[in-house]
Amino acid sequence: MSAAGAPLEVVGLSASYGGGALALRDVTFSAAEGEAVAVLGPNGGGKTTLFRALLGELPVTTGTVHVRGTLAYVPQTERSRLDFPVSALDVALMGAYGRTPWYRRIARADRALGRRALDRVGLAERAGTRFGALSGGQRQRVLIARALVQDARVLLLDEPFAGVDRTSEEAIMAILDELRGEGRVLLVATHDVEQARRWDRVLCLAGAQIAFGPPAETLTTAVLEATYGEEIVVLDSGHRAVAVQHHWHPH
Amino acid sequence: MEILRSGLLQRALLEAVILGAACGGLGVWLLHVRATYAAESLAHAMLPGLVIAALLGAPLLLGAAGGVLVAATLIALAARDTRVGAEVAVGVTVTTAFGLGALLALAPDVPARLGELLFGDLLGTSPADLVAAAALAVLVAVALAAGHRSLAAAVFDPVAAPSLGVRPARIELGLLALLAVAVVAAVQALGNLLVLALIVAPAAAGIRLGASLRAQIALAAAAGALAGLLGLVASAALDTAAGASVALAAVALYALAALVRPAPAQPARARRAPLEAVGG
Repeated sequence: MSAAGAPLEVVGLSASYGGGALALRDVTFSAAEGEAVAVLGPNGGGKTTLFRALLGELPVTTGTVHVRGTLAYVPQTERSRLDFPVSALDVALMGAYGRTPWYRRIARADRALGRRALDRVGLAERAGTRFGALSGGQRQRVLIARALVQDARVLLLDEPFAGVDRTSEEAIMAILDELRGEGRVLLVATHDVEQARRWDRVLCLAGAQIAFGPPAETLTTAVLEATYGEEIVVLDSGHRAVAVQHHWHPH
Repeated sequence: MEILRSGLLQRALLEAVILGAACGGLGVWLLHVRATYAAESLAHAMLPGLVIAALLGAPLLLGAAGGVLVAATLIALAARDTRVGAEVAVGVTVTTAFGLGALLALAPDVPARLGELLFGDLLGTSPADLVAAAALAVLVAVALAAGHRSLAAAVFDPVAAPSLGVRPARIELGLLALLAVAVVAAVQALGNLLVLALIVAPAAAGIRLGASLRAQIALAAAAGALAGLLGLVASAALDTAAGASVALAAVALYALAALVRPAPAQPARARRAPLEAVGG
């Protein structure tokens, strides 16, 4: 399929932190309208680096990035300050900050947009609730509402199902499916292989691009072993896999 | 009341109330940004500038500004050395500056004004000091109102802030510049050591009591102004040092706020399972 005119096109991208060694190498992929791409890899595999490069926070060492339309970042909710005194509506309205001059109040139309966005993610009645008092799944939905207020054509979602219960996960999935139906592009960072199978395509990263394509063709034992190295355990003759994330805990 | 009849005390009272309100509002953001250490460091690092101004007979305001500039430059230079790290750089620079300031101030040929530099001279407030404090209050109010949304985005979600059109590093730098101006303006009245009390304690009280950000800022400004009023009245009634009385009043107001509304339990952080099974 041709990528010409696709909302997101990345060709030969490499990026590094502070001009040091490359943190991510040779990434080439594209996403057509309404497509959802899972960005799969272990911790430190380059998922966050890719997002930061797409957001323009990291200089692209080589390669090109074309984004057609607004790009929004939806972080993990635990990265936000839960003790900060802002309501769900305050957070959703942050999506309008970029187009509101500092000397003006948030426009009435944007306030209405913020309320509609919260309504859309099923949180209209929690608009006045403090963000930190919401459940993990509700917080994630508020951050998606913020991206809707930004009117983002491309959403970068960082582990959107981390720390949320099954009901919230289903609610978030339904919202994301709706967004795809509107032609928005989703990039979903995950280290969960089963998660990755749900989306249209998978981009496997381990410091460099390992593979890109439809899940059924891409998530082979060889690709998973190359992506996760010793962290992957293959069961049932290659049909089932377990990704074991090693975390170091100080004692 | 005597405090309302004496021109000297009236000026001191106005100065304390204005500084309290300005520092309280600013302090809320500094506490949310977790920059208390930076505030303390800036205040202490300006001591050599204050001493040199006292030696030359120049306005303390000028010395404080010079001291802050030199300290900020030294900290920025030291922090660039990645082998040292920013926190160590600040610690070493501030300790050196404070030691140098004390050494200069305690030299035999220097007029004995160290106490005034460290603890301020609220009762010596001149009309010019009042104008400086009022200008500071206006500057803080305008800057915080103008930067409210950017500050909120940068503090709440620094990771996503750039995608919202906000640069957290620039915002934090702006806030520190505002802090430097506030410290310079308040140091004449409260001194190098006590100025921090008026920045931190009313803000902590406001954060404890306020449900929204705007309520926290309003409550902190009110608590700062009230600390100035109560401290000065207590100082006049009990014949205690004015600056120290204002600082203690601010801390007492925070203690009261903490009693009225104890700190909530910290929310538990979600833990990620070490083993994630996937099917195919």
